[in-house]
Amino acid sequence: MKPIITAKDLCLWYGQSQALKNIDIAIPEQSITALIGPSGCGKSTFLKTLNRMNDLIPGVKITGTVEYNGQSIFDQDVNLLRKEVGMVFQKPNPFPMSIYDNVAYGPRTHGIRDRKRLDEIVERSLRDAAIWDEVKDRLKKNALGLSGGQQQRLCIARALAVQPRVLLMDEPTSALDPISTLKIEELAAKLKDKYTIVIVTHNMQQALRISDHTAFFLLGELVEYGDTDQIFTNPADQRTNDYVTGRFG
Amino acid sequence: MISNRRKLYVWTVRILMVLATALTGLLTLFLVGYVLLRGIPNITWELLSTSPSYLADRVGILPDILNTIYIIIATLVIVLPLGVGAAVYLTEYASNRRLVGIIEYAAEALSGIPSIIYGLVGMLLFSNNMGTSLMAGALTLVIMNLPVIMRNTQESLKTVPQAYREGAFGLGAGKWRVIRTVVMPGCVDGVVTGCILSVGRILGESAALLFTAGFAHVANGLWEGLHSAGATLTVALYVYAKEQGEFEVAFAIAAILLALSLLINLSATMVTKKYQRRNQ
Ligand SMILES: Nc1ncnc2c1ncn2[C@@H]1O[C@H](COP(=O)(O)OP(=O)(O)OP(=O)(O)O)[C@@H](O)[C@H]1O
Ligand SMILES: [Mg+2]
Repeated sequence: MKPIITAKDLCLWYGQSQALKNIDIAIPEQSITALIGPSGCGKSTFLKTLNRMNDLIPGVKITGTVEYNGQSIFDQDVNLLRKEVGMVFQKPNPFPMSIYDNVAYGPRTHGIRDRKRLDEIVERSLRDAAIWDEVKDRLKKNALGLSGGQQQRLCIARALAVQPRVLLMDEPTSALDPISTLKIEELAAKLKDKYTIVIVTHNMQQALRISDHTAFFLLGELVEYGDTDQIFTNPADQRTNDYVTGRFG
Repeated sequence: MISNRRKLYVWTVRILMVLATALTGLLTLFLVGYVLLRGIPNITWELLSTSPSYLADRVGILPDILNTIYIIIATLVIVLPLGVGAAVYLTEYASNRRLVGIIEYAAEALSGIPSIIYGLVGMLLFSNNMGTSLMAGALTLVIMNLPVIMRNTQESLKTVPQAYREGAFGLGAGKWRVIRTVVMPGCVDGVVTGCILSVGRILGESAALLFTAGFAHVANGLWEGLHSAGATLTVALYVYAKEQGEFEVAFAIAAILLALSLLINLSATMVTKKYQRRNQ
């Protein structure tokens, strides 16, 4: 499959300390790639590099190349890049406004003002995020009144509303109960028909259940990257084997 | 077994503390009660609704009420954009943390300066150029209240969760849009608190205004009023009590000011409470 994001020799420093070391990876389109590895190994850092959320942190230095759609992300307009490469955070972070306004925030940001079009986008995004039925009667209500799992699906809807091509998800289910987790997983599986998903997870079962490819990070390095089945059943690297069999981490 | 001396010591301290508390409470009660008792009977509709006139041998505080309202409006209209703008710049844009620290410290220090010094500076800067006028007074008050608005706005900007900013940036919003749509709505309560505190300070201010705004008692429209000299209620209180010996009027004004400042304290507490609750 054609890669949509490629990183070559990517290194990242927070001030003096190096968080990513020579990462080489090609993420294929319309698939789910899981990033796994012990805490502090650089998964979030790598994910945030892909839509340049690291730009917000002072003192970050990056070398190497990252291409989205065949062009270096650092040469692209950062706001357009983030429109194409959306993000769902670990902790649900709906804005303190109505459910409708949350979903419409992105489209409005990118210049859509027409009420009817916004209505359509909001409905479609909420349906895609499998939360439409739960909120359709309370679109004008404040989003902070939703449960944690609903908030996270709302955040997914909010990200989908700008029609990204890639969705970056940083442990999107770690703050959720098992049923909400299941819903998000089903959602991810459904979304990969239209979107490319990169998901960070600490849950090996989750990676195994939903992902097509898995990347194993350790201490800032990408140790191994391949088909999920192969990583979990027949890893090439001893450290990967130790990790996926639960021997450390 | 506690020694008797120790017991005596503990009891003495206790009694002293109770006395101190009682004294504080009584003094406050006495002050408030005394002012209200002497003031309220003198508050008449005629006093509130007329201008002073030697011909009619009458004292009215309508001009002072109007002046107070004008000076509050003028001060807030100028200080709000400046203070909020500075706060937004310092918390959202400025990258030199040390400089921000210095400015915050300076703002803190500025609010501790005796107001008569502001009056002196205001007189030289404004009154000497534009004449003694409410506008000169308002500009002086702007300098005095800038730190109040700025610090309160800043503090509430800092309570806007970083996750909101990240969420908005993550959707491709530019910096200014993020600030306008996600950050600013979260700092409204800080701005409101700052405004309430400023109004309180303006109401209570006398020294700085004696220097800059003068003490005329002529009722004017807003525009006219801002460009002429005029006493606010607090200044009028001073003038009536000290220079004209009109104690009935002075106490009437005092009672009004007291009621207003109690009201202001109350609303400031309410706003603060409300936004502490929201941030939990
Ligand atoms: N803003 C930052 N400033 C300085 N160092 C940071 C910053 N963010 C992360 N780091 C460091 O970079 C390294 C990688 O962190 P990162 O958050 O990417 O790990 P992670 O794999 O996502 O961990 P977790 O599974 O716990 O989320 C860690 O050593 C961390 O301390
Ligand atoms: Mg992480």
